Amino acid sequence: MTKLVEIKNLNVSYDEERVLENVALTISRNDFLGVIGPNGGGKTTLIKALLGLVKPERGEIIFHIPATKIGYLPQINQIDKRFPIKVIDVVRSGKTEKHPFNLFRKNQEETTHAENLLQEMGVLHLRNKAIGELSGGQMQRVFLCRSLMNNPELLILDEPDTFVDNHFESELYEKLRELNKRMAIVLVSHDVGTISYYVKTIACVNTHLHYHPSNIISTTQLASYNCPLQIITHGPIPHTVLSLHENDEQHGHNH
Amino acid sequence: MTSNMGTIIDLFSYDFFANAFWASLFAAITCGIVGTYIVSRRIVFISGGITHASFGGIGIGYFLGLNPLLGAAVFAVFSGLGIQFFTQKGKLREDSSIAIWWSLGMAIGIIFIYLSPGYAPNLMSYLFGSILTVSTTEIWLMAALSALLIGFFALMYRVILYVAFDEEFAKTTGLPVNLINYLLISLIAITIVLNIRVVGIILIMSLLTLPQATANLFTNDFKRMMPLSVAFAFIGSLTGLLVSFFADIPSGASIIFTLVVLFGLMKWFVFLRKKWLKNGR
Repeated sequence: MTKLVEIKNLNVSYDEERVLENVALTISRNDFLGVIGPNGGGKTTLIKALLGLVKPERGEIIFHIPATKIGYLPQINQIDKRFPIKVIDVVRSGKTEKHPFNLFRKNQEETTHAENLLQEMGVLHLRNKAIGELSGGQMQRVFLCRSLMNNPELLILDEPDTFVDNHFESELYEKLRELNKRMAIVLVSHDVGTISYYVKTIACVNTHLHYHPSNIISTTQLASYNCPLQIITHGPIPHTVLSLHENDEQHGHNH
Repeated sequence: MTSNMGTIIDLFSYDFFANAFWASLFAAITCGIVGTYIVSRRIVFISGGITHASFGGIGIGYFLGLNPLLGAAVFAVFSGLGIQFFTQKGKLREDSSIAIWWSLGMAIGIIFIYLSPGYAPNLMSYLFGSILTVSTTEIWLMAALSALLIGFFALMYRVILYVAFDEEFAKTTGLPVNLINYLLISLIAITIVLNIRVVGIILIMSLLTLPQATANLFTNDFKRMMPLSVAFAFIGSLTGLLVSFFADIPSGASIIFTLVVLFGLMKWFVFLRKKWLKNGR
């Protein structure tokens, strides 16, 4: 297995508060890792570490691929939806500029690439719309296109299932499964039940990281990982029935 | 009407009015472009901080007998870079950092103007603007800044757009985000200082936001918002200038008032057009 990114003994703190402690994680080619954990547990910090956006307080992050080969889909609520920018420009912004100060170059190739991605996601007709005119699902498709502009070897998605309808959610996961044939994927989600159907391995992050080398995880295990999570699944989305401890009454199955 | 047109043309034979005309044009170009960035990026409050911080430089300029605008430029650029630095380091909340620069600049300005011997001439023109007193040197400086901004935004358009839209994502694609931010904050500072004489410290925020709000009624595209803002800013400041001349009221306030009226009219126009299109179906 070719290693893409390795995290060793990582500590990260913000304002003296330890967000990640002694975290070790290796991302290899073909991985499909689901990252779960409570809010404020350090999920987002972990992916910022994978993106090279945080300075380790201790430990190291070793990148075996160039930073531009890591695609990123941030949380949708971090984006200013009223910013005056067209969909096609959002997608094109995903392409790394080799010479950012030399803009007298032909852009046709880049535009065509962006349009092909939009076509693939079925949102080409929105190319000249302002980003704010889109629905949540359409917006996620556009941001997914943006994250694919550099043909990444590793794709990192931060809660892509928020603000989208169930139909789009399952469509998105099928798309990711297809993309996983070409690239490793790290998927952060609060919806353990749904993602466990698609991911290959799971990491629970709550200051510490517990790596779980399969996609089946029981609430008992979650508890032992100190990962207090409610397991929720929605109606028509296919999901794994999680192995359940006999006396475990906590397992909520909210439909 | 004819006599009025005649009067308007006659106005150009006065040097001061010709200067005011050019000042309106270059104010529109510089504020239209920079304001589009400010509004899109929601850093209006930062610009307010820089504007008021520059008053400290005006005070020191008076005290030392230098050109107050020179002092204002130094203060504006340093406060801009300072706000950017502290925000980027995350040591201080952005709004607190801005408020500190804002009030510190005003305090320094007041102290030094108080300490300056004699009466401070033109002080009011810095606070409330006086487009008719803009000097020929200042016009040339504004013209140079206009050329610089047009060149910079044309060359760097995509980089500026990407960093402004999603700074963190731009970092992951390898853009020099911090460099771009520092360059832009410096350009904002210089734009503010060179426009202080046109509408004044108190009112300059509106020249950076009102034409953009008006342009935003018609387009949601950063690239189109810039020239459209320039156009609305120019129409507003020229009309405001004429109104101030004929009604004999201060030019800064007259320009801002015209810009507000222009915004209101356009908003009403867009509303009527939408209604008409709906009924037409």
